[in-house]
Amino acid sequence: MAFLEIESLQKSFGTNAVVRDFDLAVAQGEFISFLGPSGCGKTTTLRMVAGFEHPDSGRIAIGGKDVTGLRANQRNIGMVFQSYALFPNMTVAENVAYGLKIARRPKDEIRQRVTEMLGLIKLPGMGDRYPHQLSGGQQQRVALARALSVNPQVLLLDEPLSALDAKIRIALREEIRAVQRKLGITTIYVTHDQEEALSISDRIVVMSEGRIEQVGTPFEIYNRPRTRFVASFVGTLNILQGRVLDGAAGRVAIDGQEIRVACGLDGAAAGATRAFALRPEAVTLGAAGSGGNTLRGTIEQVSFLGSVVRIRVKTGESGILLDTFNDPKAAPPKFGRIVEINFGEEDLLVLDSAPTD
Amino acid sequence: MAQSSLETAAAPRRPATGVAPASWAWLGVAPFFLFAVLFLMLPTLHLVIGAFEDADGNFTFNNIVNLFTPQIMSSFWVTIEISMLSAVGGAVIGFLLAYAGVMGGLPRWVRPVLMTFSGVAPNFAGLPLAFAFLATLGRTGLVTALLFNVFGFKLYDHGFNVTSFWGLVLAYLYFQIPLMVLILVPALDGLKREWREASDILGGNAWHFWRHVAIPILWPSLVGTTLLLFANAFGAVATAYGLTGSGINLVTIMLFAQIRGDVLHDQNLGYALSLGMVVVTVLSNTAYIVLRARSRQGLR
Amino acid sequence: MKKFLPWLIMAICTIYFVVPLACTFEFSLRLKRGQYSFAAYANVFGDSRFQETFLYSTELAIATIVFGTLLVVPTAYWIRLRLPSLRPVVEFITLMPLVIPAIILVFGYVRIYNSSSLLPLTSASWSTDVLLGCSYITLALPYMYRAIDTGLQSIDIRTLTEAAESLGARWPSILFGVILPNLRVAIVSSAFLTFATVIGEFTMASLLDRPAFGPYLQLIGANRAYEPSALAVITFLITWGCMGVIQLLGRGRRGVAASAY
Repeated sequence: MAFLEIESLQKSFGTNAVVRDFDLAVAQGEFISFLGPSGCGKTTTLRMVAGFEHPDSGRIAIGGKDVTGLRANQRNIGMVFQSYALFPNMTVAENVAYGLKIARRPKDEIRQRVTEMLGLIKLPGMGDRYPHQLSGGQQQRVALARALSVNPQVLLLDEPLSALDAKIRIALREEIRAVQRKLGITTIYVTHDQEEALSISDRIVVMSEGRIEQVGTPFEIYNRPRTRFVASFVGTLNILQGRVLDGAAGRVAIDGQEIRVACGLDGAAAGATRAFALRPEAVTLGAAGSGGNTLRGTIEQVSFLGSVVRIRVKTGESGILLDTFNDPKAAPPKFGRIVEINFGEEDLLVLDSAPTD
Repeated sequence: MAQSSLETAAAPRRPATGVAPASWAWLGVAPFFLFAVLFLMLPTLHLVIGAFEDADGNFTFNNIVNLFTPQIMSSFWVTIEISMLSAVGGAVIGFLLAYAGVMGGLPRWVRPVLMTFSGVAPNFAGLPLAFAFLATLGRTGLVTALLFNVFGFKLYDHGFNVTSFWGLVLAYLYFQIPLMVLILVPALDGLKREWREASDILGGNAWHFWRHVAIPILWPSLVGTTLLLFANAFGAVATAYGLTGSGINLVTIMLFAQIRGDVLHDQNLGYALSLGMVVVTVLSNTAYIVLRARSRQGLR
Repeated sequence: MKKFLPWLIMAICTIYFVVPLACTFEFSLRLKRGQYSFAAYANVFGDSRFQETFLYSTELAIATIVFGTLLVVPTAYWIRLRLPSLRPVVEFITLMPLVIPAIILVFGYVRIYNSSSLLPLTSASWSTDVLLGCSYITLALPYMYRAIDTGLQSIDIRTLTEAAESLGARWPSILFGVILPNLRVAIVSSAFLTFATVIGEFTMASLLDRPAFGPYLQLIGANRAYEPSALAVITFLITWGCMGVIQLLGRGRRGVAASAY
């Protein structure tokens, strides 16, 4: 039995169905991310777990106990908010101590716990400062300490890094993950930043329009997206339109050039159109060796992104992105050059039928 | 400023800062300052200085000393009492009303109506308000009659009189409460929803939130506005005059009579009275302004 | 259950605020014994003193609005544009009428500007009218300045001025042709607020002994039974009307009354 169980959660605001049929089982100590665009229902689901919203139907259980009917202050859950939500009239120490003070813990215990927490988030000695004297990143760490100080069963984070600068975001997400690992606390992390989700999660729940699109490890989500939405939301993706030549043999024509697809075309009639997903890093400059597909086209754009060079090659109608590592010894190819690009047969993923079918 | 040096470089034929020269500006604001001197500074100064002079123009503390007669002291005391009661009453009720309007979960249309009314109501203060309360709770007022006809309760036989101390307090509340609502509603808006949620999820209930988070944050606003209400009531004339005439010994009524026709038989005593009033209102208004600045900082 | 307390508070407060208004209206209809009629209103409107004092106060209000605006707009403009260092001084000045009660100010006027002073404003009735007008400008100053300053803040006067300048305009035409039209809402808002304030004002008019509407109200209140209520209803309606216009104009931004605090 999973530690945190969410079953058939439904929530509508008026006629707007915001969360539909949400099912998830989270193991103890697991770090789960809810990933999706704005309005996909990830925050609403999180808030239902926290107890701030009541589901229209469904069940939430923590450690085997049904908490669906409990109020937010009865669930022993910790939460970190996007806007930090530190109490401005209290010092850092008082903020962190708040939950313990409410629980009427003895003063010594509170003091010790606060020191322990401040050490955990690497801000010892900041206890007497006020929130407005801290930077955004520091405030968020204090918010984390405050949430963890009462030893919650589950930790919820609602886009905690959205308000921070890029560099701080990267450093802080690692810290959050490190703290979570150390304490072994079951965690749900809501974000719209797919890089963030990929880098720190045990598993990712990709959501769109209130529904779960796919649940899996970062590796699975990225390399084996099950729907077109997941494929295009997570990472950069080439989507190619092809016309089936021979379904059984896997032969497809893309912009008049024939290639082979390893699997996924069974039963497709000749002449039908399909959409294919192709990751830029799977594409290489140059003709394919034995096996593999080759396409011919013109270089349309070269973007130097630092360690990665992203080249767009135009093959008839489609523009195919290919990523290659920066080579200090060789300058990237020039705009307008005619080139050949290659990728493997198994690198192409068949997506849901193209909408025009 | 960087902007002006650019303009100097780009368009040398225009005056150095690109706009009319500073002398125009000084000329432009001169009328305002002249007006301020004539109609704000001089009158106040004249009264303040006059409070320390005797009839021949010599410096003296006598006027201040003469303020401490029983009659004048009691009038200050009564005025302070009425102002304090209506201020605290207005603050408490206004707070509850603002809370109900902003955070009470009432239908969406309630709040705009509340804010509109609160914007209009302070303008009722004065004679119309006095007339209204006479029509309501006066001897022949409608509510007085209703209480008798429906409940057999003779209001005036039980010692109530709208033209008394408590009647005035009740009338003052009519503009004190809306004033509190006007100022407090934005302050309550400033209480972020996340603070309540953070308090909740850490195990707190409504009491914990208000006691440890909301009230401390709102405190400068609450106290400051109460002081504003106090000063407001302290300086009020028309409502009192219309409701109680000269019946209640208020400082403003006394001053009114003094200006009309020297009832104190001592011109400079009138100045001292004014000085006393000014001290009270300046002190409480300054405290309000200071606390308002602090509350703005606290909500950052 | 959770909403019981807010509803209760609302109910009690609604009663407190609405009942006096209802009672005043009801009382005003009672002139004719035994039946409801508008006779009190007829008396009021027919009273020549009502017409005279109301006209007087209206004229004074208009004068206050016009001269007050002429005083405040250039000042706010220059302070914003060229003299930002004077801002604290000006803001202090505009706060003074809120801090120092009206009765104190008018006491000062009576003492300083009497017949034996340099500016014998109280010696003739026309000059006393001027004095009263200036008192009203003083009363209206905080709200007027705040409204106009806020209005200036929302339009970029520096850019507007420079644009006009580069097209060859001189500052009077800039002020009247460019800035003023953009301040329409702020000026009209403060105009209505000033009007409402002046119409009902009692203390200053009474002490300066001018035939304004306020003292007339007091006179009627002391001598008549039902007409005061009719007058109160009329005053309420006028005040409501003025504030209603302001709320309409101020939709989307904070009202003048609120922003003055």
